[in-house]
Amino acid sequence: MKSTEVEVVQEKIAEKQQEPSHSEHTHKDFFGAKIGMWLFLFTEMLLFGGLFLAYMVYRLQYSIDFVIAAQDLNLLLGTINTIILLTSSLTMALSIAAIQRGRKALSIFFLLSTIGFALAFLVIKYFEWTAKFHHGIYPNSPELLNKPNGEIIFYGLYYSMTGLHALHVVVGAILLLFMLLFLWRNKIHKEDYIKLENSGLYWHLVDLIWIFLFPLFYLIH
Amino acid sequence: MSNETNSATQLSYLDYKPKKGIWAWLLTTDHKRIGLLYLIGMMIFFWVAVGIGFVMKLEMLTPDQTVVDAQTYNSLFTLHGLIMIFLFIIPGLPAVFGNFFLPIQIGAHDVAFPRLNLLSWYLYIIGGLFALVSLHLQGGPIDTGWTFYVPYSIRTTTNVILPLLGAFILGFSSILTGLNFVTTVHRLRAPGMTFFRLPLFVWALYATAWIQVVATPIVGITILLVVIERVLHIGIFDPALGGDPLLFQHLFWIYSHPAVYIMILPAMGVVSEIIPTFARRTIFGYKVIAFSSLAIALIGYFVWAHHMFTSGMSETARFVFSLLTFLVAVPSGVKVFNWVATLYKGSIELRAPLIYILMFIFLFSIGGLTGLVLGSLATNVHVTDTYFVVAHFHYVMFGGTAIVFFAAMHYWFPKMFGKMYNEKIAIWATPFIFIGFNMLYFTMFILGYQGMPRRYWSYLPEYQELHIISTIGSWILIFGLVIMFSNLIFGLIKGRRADSNPWGGVTLEWQIPSPPPHENFEKIPVIDHGPYDFERFKNENKNEIDRS
Repeated sequence: MKSTEVEVVQEKIAEKQQEPSHSEHTHKDFFGAKIGMWLFLFTEMLLFGGLFLAYMVYRLQYSIDFVIAAQDLNLLLGTINTIILLTSSLTMALSIAAIQRGRKALSIFFLLSTIGFALAFLVIKYFEWTAKFHHGIYPNSPELLNKPNGEIIFYGLYYSMTGLHALHVVVGAILLLFMLLFLWRNKIHKEDYIKLENSGLYWHLVDLIWIFLFPLFYLIH
Repeated sequence: MSNETNSATQLSYLDYKPKKGIWAWLLTTDHKRIGLLYLIGMMIFFWVAVGIGFVMKLEMLTPDQTVVDAQTYNSLFTLHGLIMIFLFIIPGLPAVFGNFFLPIQIGAHDVAFPRLNLLSWYLYIIGGLFALVSLHLQGGPIDTGWTFYVPYSIRTTTNVILPLLGAFILGFSSILTGLNFVTTVHRLRAPGMTFFRLPLFVWALYATAWIQVVATPIVGITILLVVIERVLHIGIFDPALGGDPLLFQHLFWIYSHPAVYIMILPAMGVVSEIIPTFARRTIFGYKVIAFSSLAIALIGYFVWAHHMFTSGMSETARFVFSLLTFLVAVPSGVKVFNWVATLYKGSIELRAPLIYILMFIFLFSIGGLTGLVLGSLATNVHVTDTYFVVAHFHYVMFGGTAIVFFAAMHYWFPKMFGKMYNEKIAIWATPFIFIGFNMLYFTMFILGYQGMPRRYWSYLPEYQELHIISTIGSWILIFGLVIMFSNLIFGLIKGRRADSNPWGGVTLEWQIPSPPPHENFEKIPVIDHGPYDFERFKNENKNEIDRS
């Protein structure tokens, strides 16, 4: 190809790009986007699945130690956090339902509540962890190392699993903040709300994992 | 070429530059350019790892110190494994040729998530940099072996955390590529492109993508746990605190055995592309090959513990895993027989890509059959953790995947760059590679059988003779590789123009210009025939076949 021809064609492309409907963005595959998200959620479940497997192995190996260690966890705070996350899933679903009906303000309100609940969860988690730290219960602490192996592992799992989950809450909250921005700028609207819907799916997963963590650590005695 | 420039969509992907200079590459969402970006990164890592392998073999020339000390040797085999596995063989074919040809072969403009695709490349590079940066930090390079077995990986004072995080990031990149490909195959096939009209390379990539999605998260969390264990001492893998090191091995191999099929399945897909093209006939047993890919993906998930026969497991578990290991050899065998049957009575044209493929069939068969020796309990106990394992692994991974990677480079080179390499030199490189390879690795089978343990820096003088042959083999092999790569690079610079279909292939990538236009197809094609319908194309392509 001669270089002049290339230049001519490239000018044409440059012109073409000025037009809003460049071919890459003309059609959006909502169904495809959802397949992608579900596959991603699947990998998230497997990520936690490895930890659940470890929990199962050690629970069988050290069942008595696990029961003793679990009694020191704060059931009240755990329950409040469960209620908070469940409610946040509801407000998340409501936010999507609102934008499906074109009610932007309502959708923003529900999304803001979801983010609020996420923050509340993290604050409570913070107090729960710091209380444990004050009692000298944290990985590699002298207090913990004096306890039987089973209890050391229980807390090892407790901190890594709830820690990884809390990390997911933080990521989810940041994601929702972006969605808030998109809603505000009308990038998410009645015809195109796939981003919000996928973020909602992610948020439900975060909720769902907690639904399994809660009984495993707080309820089984 | 001039009649192909009448519209913007027809401009070749190499000439289409929506952004200036380097940004046209670094910010591209074009699957073809991303494929090339991967190729560049991969070639750099590959040659680094080849260099390390060269030094390792040089060290093995004498029973005691030759060029490096023991600690350096430990780091060398770790890095060689890390780089080759996580940065070359696992991402290899899917990231380079999958990215480039999957959308074209199914008749699409791009993958389902082009921006995610670019993100995967950045994650790949960042992961690789993590591994490289760790070499220069205090504490020295990692020396755990690429398997990171605990408790040693918790105790060693070398830099373990950075390479581990690097592997985690690479896993993330691999997952994103996998989910991108699964979605692409489901959503973007051209009208009429049913699942049973997909080229077999696409089938293989599809099966691979599922393994990437389903298996990689497990190693992700396992690696994270080792990092957490090192930083916080949570006890999960630390026997001193009640943890179980065997649990690590299980979690690690639950991913890393399926990962072996991530490495080999795409290669099998490429073989199924190249053989019909050069035998000028449709593939024998299309559906069986397609399903055997899925079967390998599925069964491959249930054989992980055959890496742990001597680690400590119940007799029943070992028996079951051994049996399942034999089962996974069945679909692989089915494929080999189908390929050979395709060649039978075909009108074979012995061009460079096919020669590499024939080399693959020979080497991979040796690798596969010695895999059965390792899979059966009685012999496994005898040869486990010896050079036998090293030889087996290199026969399937180097003789299998890497050789097919070279075949793919030659097969698709004219399509990717629109230029031809020198065929004679490409063929002349193969005997060096073949002889060097077998000298290098077949001696290792014998060494392993005689009891030479893997990963040892020094050895008994009785082994020296074979080690010398092996080391000389490594020189011949590298010489062959240098010829092959220089020939390709030379072809890239000075090669003459290739036309759109130099081999007379019939899959979709051969029906568009070389190099492909930015949008692949001006109009999405409508498919009404199977992928290897040679009768149909016979007359059209007869005159175009290039016999230089």
